[in-house]
Amino acid sequence: MPRSAAWTRRLRRIGAPAAGALLALSACSAPGSEAGPGAGADGAGPAGTVTVFAAASLKESFTELGERFEKAHPGARVAFNFGGSDTLAAGIANGAPADVFAAAGPTPMKLVTDQGLTDGAPSTFARNRLEIATAPGNPHRIDSLQDLADPGLKVVLCDTTVPCGAAARTALTAGGVDVSPASYERDVKSALTKVRLKEADAAVVYRTDVRAAGDTVEGVEFPEAGRAVNDYPLAVLDNAPNPGAAEAFVRLVTSAEGRKVLGEAGFLAP
Amino acid sequence: MPTRNPENAGAAPVASDGGLDARLVVDRGSFRLDLALTAAPGDVVALLGPNGAGKTTALRALAGLAPLTEGHLRLDGADLRRTAPEARPVGVVFQDYLLFPHLTALDNVAFGPRCRGAGKAEARARAAGWLDRMGLAEHAGSKPRHLSGGQAQRVALARALATHPRLLLLDEPLAALDARTRLEVRAQLRRHLAAFEAVAVLVTHDPLDAMVLADRLMVVEQGRLVQQGSPSDIARHPRTEYIAQLVGLNLYRGRADGHTVRLDAGPAVHTTEDLSGPAFVAFAPGAVTLHRERPTGSSARNLWRCSVAGLESHGDQIRVELTGELPLTADLTTAAAADLDLHQGMTVWAALKATQTHAYPA
Amino acid sequence: MSIRRATPRKTRPRAPGRGVPPALLLPALLGLAFLLVPLLALLLRAPWRSLPEQLTSPQVWEALRLSLVCATTATALSLVVGVPLAWLLARTDFPGRGLVRALVTLPLVLPPVVGGVALLLALGRNGVVGQWLDAWFGITLPFTTTGVVLAETFVAMPFLVISVEGTLRAADPRYEEAATTLGASRFTAFRRVTLPLIAPGVAAGAVLAWARALGEFGATITFAGNFPGRTQTMPLAVYLALQSDPAAAIALSLVLLAVSIAVLAGLRDRWMRAV
Repeated sequence: MPRSAAWTRRLRRIGAPAAGALLALSACSAPGSEAGPGAGADGAGPAGTVTVFAAASLKESFTELGERFEKAHPGARVAFNFGGSDTLAAGIANGAPADVFAAAGPTPMKLVTDQGLTDGAPSTFARNRLEIATAPGNPHRIDSLQDLADPGLKVVLCDTTVPCGAAARTALTAGGVDVSPASYERDVKSALTKVRLKEADAAVVYRTDVRAAGDTVEGVEFPEAGRAVNDYPLAVLDNAPNPGAAEAFVRLVTSAEGRKVLGEAGFLAP
Repeated sequence: MPTRNPENAGAAPVASDGGLDARLVVDRGSFRLDLALTAAPGDVVALLGPNGAGKTTALRALAGLAPLTEGHLRLDGADLRRTAPEARPVGVVFQDYLLFPHLTALDNVAFGPRCRGAGKAEARARAAGWLDRMGLAEHAGSKPRHLSGGQAQRVALARALATHPRLLLLDEPLAALDARTRLEVRAQLRRHLAAFEAVAVLVTHDPLDAMVLADRLMVVEQGRLVQQGSPSDIARHPRTEYIAQLVGLNLYRGRADGHTVRLDAGPAVHTTEDLSGPAFVAFAPGAVTLHRERPTGSSARNLWRCSVAGLESHGDQIRVELTGELPLTADLTTAAAADLDLHQGMTVWAALKATQTHAYPA
Repeated sequence: MSIRRATPRKTRPRAPGRGVPPALLLPALLGLAFLLVPLLALLLRAPWRSLPEQLTSPQVWEALRLSLVCATTATALSLVVGVPLAWLLARTDFPGRGLVRALVTLPLVLPPVVGGVALLLALGRNGVVGQWLDAWFGITLPFTTTGVVLAETFVAMPFLVISVEGTLRAADPRYEEAATTLGASRFTAFRRVTLPLIAPGVAAGAVLAWARALGEFGATITFAGNFPGRTQTMPLAVYLALQSDPAAAIALSLVLLAVSIAVLAGLRDRWMRAV
């Protein structure tokens, strides 16, 4: 995969106009720190708005954590910008006003740390693991990664340019399985949708996605997933408009309470 | 050759086996057309009437483009009511011709024969024959936009005739032409219609077109036939204000008693005819003479005191609108008008000889 | 529609002293700049040096070929069913015609991704119609090139229908009547008279539909998925390249841009002007 420092340079050179537009969009969806940074009325707890850029797969668990955060700190508000980790990283690299960045993999985080935009080293707060999603009841009796090689099965994978596709490729290579998919979907949710609509018999997706889909799909674990576990790094940004609240939010995510919420969503502890 | 019978033109011929026999009833909202129409092969019938009288509706009903609400429609003995428009032996020349702009004159004319089953070569050969007959051979390859108005009119006629219709319909065939072309095309059209062996029905609001082109005029007003007859008959004996105006006559309705017609509203008119009962009396505006003072020793039996309501130049004549005892129109030469020093509102005496009037039973 | 400006260009003498009012000129130039600057930026920031290398990749040509084939097939399909549909809407009267017309234009406002989901629900292996196609004929449409064509047709056909219907409404229906009196059935009248008369409108609509189909992304990736050589058209390739390699994405976009400009200019010179 060409995710490297060279990529970063190219992105900054070539993608500047696009990233500029992204910046404007991000500014719209994340209203920044309108209440101003600083401490609350009591002078102790975090207050104001904390802006969190987070990977799309964190939407359910982080929304939950945001509500808990706001309940615990009445003067504070959490504004989320969920999106593809690459897109978010590009936005931060181009100056989007964010306090916290939570990525779905080390590569997008590296783009941010390479430019020295984080306040300290990022820490891994969760891990995600692949599963095979099938229709409820697993009608095709899929038990292993090897079963996906059956040419009679319609299997969809994520495109290798997106994290779940790269992880699936790693797992398939590790298992020595040769799958000819019906489609390389653009993201993990699209892959899952194909299974939910029964257009595909199976998809290789994240455990958290299977969990979020509830009863509409059934997950099948496979040992090769262990070779492609995805680390989720988290960092407070260097030029965070509201660093105090940002630190407090990171503390919540990495606390036992945070682990519990993430665990319920299907994430593994780091 | 057409069978023309000017003697009997006033009565509608009875089409028993050949020709057209129709009663067209078309309801369209508040408007209702109800028109009985019969014609023998060779007849040219003109539907004459003001705008909105229902003439074009009648034509569309004959062509099958507007459905009949009631009535019947027989052509050469066959019932056409249930016949689809494309299957009717009817040719139409539309008001603005509607030549297909993407086809040459030749292909426009060949369109009908082609649709009626002729092969491409045969259809084109027949079309070429028709264009030749119309004197348009050299324009066969022209697109309609390159044809003059008169040429386009003839192509439209050729196109309609090329399917050998048993009923030819012409909707205001000369209306789209300028005055000069009109004169020429009218004469040509008259020749072609005279040579046409089946029934032709044309619609016009121009009395001159109607009188030149048709054997029989049917005057339609508000969806109904108000008068029919030969052109000369209609011109001499108008029965409605509209026709009288069209042919340029003063027309009044009254009750005749010997040589006098007492008008429904107004004075009596002395006439030469000896009638009794309801009657029309008509006279030409040119027959009226005007005087500043009450004329003495005039031989005119009719004399009315009027006032000038309007003056209008009408060719080399002045047309004077008069109100007063009897509203009427008078035509004067420019010199006579100047002598009288006519101006609006002035009082004049209008004189009319009994011999210049024309009375006929209503 | 600029394509309709098909008459031979005449040099019109400008009336003296009739300049363009600034109140119109300034917004016009602003609008022009707004449309052109992003395209210009694409050219300025294009990786010209690595371009030859990017463009010689067989995957690019595969995607381009697939795009052209699918967009053209979708346009043809739109013509075959869209022109009669436009005729029906413009020339006949039936209860609920206004509603049908509104429904026809719905794909114009529907987010294409939703259109793709709708297609899945209708024509998917498990869809309302698709399950019977699968059960009776063994035909499944998602993840196939046919699926790409259908998705593009779904999104592009409304442009054609709207354009043709507008032209039909502007065309004089009495030409059809004239043809009828000459013995033409309604179909013959349509084929030999109406269709040639509205040809410029049909052509303009077809070009619009083709351009829309060529750029189609959302419905295609949702309904037909993404597989190189089978369902990965240029816009899909561009989108996915953008995730990992923006330079490649720009290169692909330039190819798409160049090809569509060439095709549209070619069409314009060939037969937009003819009628």
